[in-house]
Amino acid sequence: MSSIQSEVRDFVAENFLFDENPESLNNDDSFLETGIIDSTGVLELVAFIEEKYSVEVDDDELVPENLDSIDRLITFIESKLKELA
Amino acid sequence: MCGIAGIIQSDRLPVRQAELQSMIGTLNHRGPDASGIKTFGSVGFAHSRLSIVDLAGGGQPMQSADGMLSITFNGEIYNHIELRAQLASKGYQFQTHSDTEVILYMYAEYGPGCVQQLNGQWAFAIHDERRQEVFLSRDRMGIRPLFYTQTPSRFLFASEIKALFTLPDVERKTDLTALNQLFTFWSPLSPRTFFDNVLELPPAHSMIVKNDQLKIWQYWKLDYSPNEETRSLDDWAEELRALLIHATQLRLRADVHVSAYLSGGLDSSVTSAIIRNYTNAPLNTFSVVFKDKEYDESRYQQEMIQELGTEHQTVCCSYDDIGRVFPQVIQHTEKPVLRTAPAPMFLLSKLVHDNQFKVVMTGEGADEILGGYDLFKETKIRRFWSRQPDSKIRPLLLKRLYPYMKNLQAQSPAYLKAFFNIRPEDINSPFFSHLPRWELTSKLKTFFSNDVKQHLINNDPLSDFSDQLPEQFSKWPSFCQAQYLETVNLMPGYILSSQGDRMAMGNSVEGRFPFLDYRVVEFAARIPIRFKMNGLNEKYLLKYALRDLIPKSIRQRPKQPYRAPEAHSFIDTKKQRARFEYVNQLLSKNKLQENGLFNPTAVQRLVKKIEQGRAIGTRDNMALVGILSTQLLVEEMINRQPTVSGNNDSAIAKLLA
Repeated sequence: MSSIQSEVRDFVAENFLFDENPESLNNDDSFLETGIIDSTGVLELVAFIEEKYSVEVDDDELVPENLDSIDRLITFIESKLKELA
Repeated sequence: MCGIAGIIQSDRLPVRQAELQSMIGTLNHRGPDASGIKTFGSVGFAHSRLSIVDLAGGGQPMQSADGMLSITFNGEIYNHIELRAQLASKGYQFQTHSDTEVILYMYAEYGPGCVQQLNGQWAFAIHDERRQEVFLSRDRMGIRPLFYTQTPSRFLFASEIKALFTLPDVERKTDLTALNQLFTFWSPLSPRTFFDNVLELPPAHSMIVKNDQLKIWQYWKLDYSPNEETRSLDDWAEELRALLIHATQLRLRADVHVSAYLSGGLDSSVTSAIIRNYTNAPLNTFSVVFKDKEYDESRYQQEMIQELGTEHQTVCCSYDDIGRVFPQVIQHTEKPVLRTAPAPMFLLSKLVHDNQFKVVMTGEGADEILGGYDLFKETKIRRFWSRQPDSKIRPLLLKRLYPYMKNLQAQSPAYLKAFFNIRPEDINSPFFSHLPRWELTSKLKTFFSNDVKQHLINNDPLSDFSDQLPEQFSKWPSFCQAQYLETVNLMPGYILSSQGDRMAMGNSVEGRFPFLDYRVVEFAARIPIRFKMNGLNEKYLLKYALRDLIPKSIRQRPKQPYRAPEAHSFIDTKKQRARFEYVNQLLSKNKLQENGLFNPTAVQRLVKKIEQGRAIGTRDNMALVGILSTQLLVEEMINRQPTVSGNNDSAIAKLLA
């Protein structure tokens, strides 16, 4: 597991899953369909990404395509890091 | 106002006075001025009195002159003067000036159908010696509470559940189906309560208890059937104004001074302005201000105070204040709450009480009957959006709707769509209006313990609610469907009870609600929807009808739902710890395991998240308040025998220690 993947999984487990075993969440499970995040949750995710990886997330990037699963988050973070590189 | 209680023995054994005494002893806060007990063989009634009408002659339980009828009554009948004249013309002679005696003779003359003529708020029981039965009734909107239970040998009723729990044969146990409903709708569906085998008589229902059998029926129904009205806006406005003025005037009938809440919103401004302009009554007003400016409305309160020239007092509410009184609040709500909003109302009614007032007028009910809630606007926007589901512009209306929700302001249309559930399959759901709210609330069930989840695996609260909908519901316009759901569930189950009756009566204060005069409610149900909400302008007809009494700044101000600080009232994020020891105790692994309702690991993750000061939203806030209030309730009413109201403080002191 990449470090980004484990960091993202840990964050999601700690902040949104509460009662569930983190292993029960698949990397491609939709956060919206599983109902594990609400409108504050989206902002929590963004704050996490910005703080943890020192990147800026633009308003037009706040879309499910970037943020709605572990896999999507990882891809999004990696692309933001590439932009910085 | 008052507290009532009673015992009907089905085994024909005489009622023991000591048991009535212990029941009514828990309701002292509802009626500290006097108390009384009467037994009639196997039937016994008890009463605790808050003297408001006929201070000298209104003692209860009261008997008719011939001794055949006896009553214990909590409430007010505002048209008692007119009904008294009607009865006098039929030959009835009165011994008192009270409305209680009027109910007795209304029953004598018209039987159970008498309630059709009553204008007021009530919960009462009448023992009919001739028929050997007891008639019980509750007001149309569910303003006054009435709970009951049956054991193998008797039927028991009371204004509050704690009175029932003083009796050894009443089992104290959680109703998990009710818990499931509450963590969906914010309140159990009537007649369920949080406690197994303890039911409430639903609003607008009456009941006869005879020979161990219960006959329950609904005597009044809300009806939103579309009509052919072609009246002008001015016609509608004129009638609404006249009805509201008369409803307010009727509710000033009392032998004590009536005060008013002034929140800074439209509804309480309307009731206060009517008192000021259409009566000679002195006007003392009361309001809550919050230290946290996010919740504070004092600017608008000040404006109305200036406008009306009232004698005004405020109570300032901090995080600590809410956390401090919360155990008392839950002792009075007798059901879990998902919001802390009742706590400031408890502090406010204490302020009223401390200023020697017993009665307060409020604007409750206006949002439900005249279309004021954001949820109604939200439904309208979602319907509009659903006609072009791919529109990128229409969801932006939702941002305009909730300017005070910063989280929503930052969302893209795609996320707004997900959060507000614009799904094709929902368009025809009878619950279209409420699905986003209920789905959000249902997420709190993730904190239920595995045992509770397993128990509820086949229980569907929405299906339970579907079973209760009236036949004609599907024919009503969707706006009215939303109004109906709000008016039959959240209003009596939370607004009028947990935030209303129970918080006011906790400090021996009676609330009066002109907007809930049944004539106003019936009239409002007929108002064309475009006059309730004009575009997205809520309560349009009310603003129009009273435009000369209410300053433009109040009429046009952005609507701010009444809210209070939540998680921060219990957990100090700066110090990363609970503000009160009772919070630590009740959310501890041991206590959670002992009570068995919530998953300790999940709760502790939530607490940790809040302690660390992470961004927490509606769901996390509601979860903390819901879990904590449930734990408080289990602790106070199941694990411990409820105590008489005069001694409650000592139990709470232990919790707060």
